[in-house]
Order: sequence, then C-alpha cells, then structure tokens
Amino acid sequence: MKIEVLGPGCANCVRLEANAREAVVMAGVEAEVVKVSDYRQIAAYGVMSTPGLVIDGKVVSYGRIPTAGDIALWLTEA
Amino acid sequence: MTALSLVRGRGRGRRPHLPLPLVVTAATTAWLVAWIAEAPLAGWISFDLLRLEHGSQLGEAVGFFLLDVPKVLLLLLGIVTVVTLVRGFFSPERVRAALAGRGLMAGTVTAASFGIVTPFCSCSAVPLFIGFVEAGIPLGVTFAFLISSPMVNEVALVLLWGLFGPGIALLYMASGLVVAIIGGLVIGRLGLERYVEDYVWAMQGTAGPGIEVKLTAEQRLGDAWRYTKDLVRKITPYLLVGIGIGALIHGYAPTELVAAIGGRSNPLAVPLVVLIAIPLYSNAAGTIPIVQALLGKGMPLGTTLAFMMSITAISLPEFIILRRVIRWQLIAVFATVVTIGILFTGYLFNALIA
Repeated sequence: MKIEVLGPGCANCVRLEANAREAVVMAGVEAEVVKVSDYRQIAAYGVMSTPGLVIDGKVVSYGRIPTAGDIALWLTEA
Repeated sequence: MTALSLVRGRGRGRRPHLPLPLVVTAATTAWLVAWIAEAPLAGWISFDLLRLEHGSQLGEAVGFFLLDVPKVLLLLLGIVTVVTLVRGFFSPERVRAALAGRGLMAGTVTAASFGIVTPFCSCSAVPLFIGFVEAGIPLGVTFAFLISSPMVNEVALVLLWGLFGPGIALLYMASGLVVAIIGGLVIGRLGLERYVEDYVWAMQGTAGPGIEVKLTAEQRLGDAWRYTKDLVRKITPYLLVGIGIGALIHGYAPTELVAAIGGRSNPLAVPLVVLIAIPLYSNAAGTIPIVQALLGKGMPLGTTLAFMMSITAISLPEFIILRRVIRWQLIAVFATVVTIGILFTGYLFNALIA
C-alpha cells in the first residue's frame, strides 16, 4: 500500500505523518509512507487545505489530523 | 478476531470510551460553573485573601491579572472549541465550489464573508491560492478571501467579545469584512494577473476532482477539542505576558501618558499603532489584554481597532509564503491595500465615535 501525506512541511503535516506511521504498525499492513510537498501534486488531488492524506491514490482526509486509530481503520478497509 | 476488530479494540483500550452526549454535557456544565465562579473568586483572592486595597495601584493591577487570566483562558477553551466545530463545515474546498462561476461583485462579497468562518493558516495559503485560480475564480475574489480569512481571526473575535462586549467584536468583524470586500474589488480592478506565476495559470481548468470526506460527530468534536488544546497551550505564555503588561498599565500607567501617545490629539496615532502591530503577528492573544488596558486609559476606539486588525491581517510569514505563487509586485499591492484599509477604518471610527 502507498500512503501519501500532502503538505508543505508545517507542524500539522509532521504530526499527520507520525500518526500515519503509527497506524501502519497498528493495522499490521505493508505500507510505505511518502511525503508530498509539491504544490502541483497536492492540487492535482483537489486538496486545498493541508495536511491531506491519500491512501492508494484516494483522498481520505484533508484539512485535519486524523488519529492513528482512524487511519488504521482506513488502512484495513482499503 | 479480524484485523479490523483488533484495531477497534486497541483504539478502545487506550482510553475508557464514554458516551459522547455525557462527555459534552459534563464539559459544558464544568465550563459554566467555572465561568460563573471566576469573577467572585478572583475578587475574593485579591481583596480578601491578599487584603489588597480597592483603588490602590497594586490592588488594581493584581485584581486585573487574577480576573483576566482565568477569564481569557475559559473564553478561549469554550468558544474556540465551538467556533472550530462550526468552521469544520466550511472547508476551503467547499468555499471554492460555492464561489466558482459567481459574478465579480457577488463573488467578492461571498468570498469575504466565507473568510470569516473558514479556517486558514499561512501554510495553507499556497494550495488555497492555486485551488482558487484552478477553478477560474477571479484574482480580486481570491484576495477578498485572503484578506478576510486571517483578519477576522477567531482568537481576536473571542477575546474582543469577552473583554469588550459584543458591540466592539461585531464592529471589528464588520470593518474587517468591508476592508476585505473593498480590497478585493480594488485588486480585481488593477489588472494584476501578469504578476501571478505562470505555472499557476497553466493549472487553470485542471482542478482536481471535487473531494468530500464525511466525518462523524465524534471525529468533529475530537478535532475541535485537539485543535483548541494545542492553540491554548501555544498561546498561554504570550497571554500571561500580555495580561501582565495590561495589569501594569491598568494599575500604574497615568491616563495622561496614554492619551498623549495614543489619543485623539495625536494625528499619527493610527499609523503608529499599525507599525507597532506588524511584528506582533499571530500574537493577538497576548496583545488584546494590553489593548483592553489602553482602551480603559482612554485610547480611542478607531486606534484600537486599527491595532487589532494589523496584528492579524498584516502577516510577514504569509506574504513570504505567497511568493511561491505571486510576484513581489502583487504582494506589495496586497500589503498596501490592506494597510490603507486599516488606516481608513481607524480614522473613520475615531471620527465617528467621540
């Protein structure tokens, strides 16, 4: 699986990335976590409020920091 | 046990899971009790327990401090949570959808009004700008939003309401709205499209898919509460310093001094406070208690509003970050239009309200 964290690198994005990594462990899935800071790529997903979270190409969250538990649920459902 | 229930089980094991209505009711009750008990308690500590004298300089200063600290903290905790919860329903993605295809005037007014309720942080300024341009929203309309969103700032609004009453808070909101609308219309008229970076224009019409993520009430409340907790933790040091300085002014500063520098007789008071406010960006929480004390010592309302607006709206970090999408010339126009709007508001209110 591929998890993308969309954001220019402010405190919120850092926290979201940490939650995503925790969620991967929680859900026990194979996944790589990538940071996307290029504004063109962020815009291509239709996200205007950062941080955004994309799982396997699908935007699951934007403009908020979901908890590791929530992200783990999305990972197991995806 | 499936992986899914395993995850759910772990989420639950971390913290006892109380029913949501119970948590909300308990929190609201605790807040109300604290709010009612705060002022008598602060008075009792300063004037009975510490035996300070009413009207003495030390007594007034300590009384001001003990009254203001819990009051401001309670206001921030309570109202920012509610405001954040409401704002969760007005994401920039939704605003963009509402703005696309509107006329210039209607678009500008709508954008400025959405700016009041839409969350905005300077790290989101660039994706927001690109998103608006992509959807073909005119430059002036985009700037109306970029002016009003940080200017009508929830912390400023909450503190103004709590410390000065609804009148000044609403006046502040209305003037911010007017500055944003006029600023947006002016920037739209100036034909500055050539100062937007080419790669942004190249993305016009390529707007990504409309995205919509559904959230549960629990997620929304959790988001709002976490945001508020973070915010309060971050601004509390500034707040304490600000209230401390406010308390000193309240107790010790002679009214004549404040009147001589910030008063009506000094025609340069408004530009002076705007200048002072520029480096104070994002410290609205720390400065409002100072402003409260100054207003009490006779600083006129227009000067006060101009000070508040410049703190929230003239943000150097935001100007620098916007350089990624627009050239310096346009940033300069943006800053100038906002500054003129603030100066005008300051002088207008000073002239209107004697």
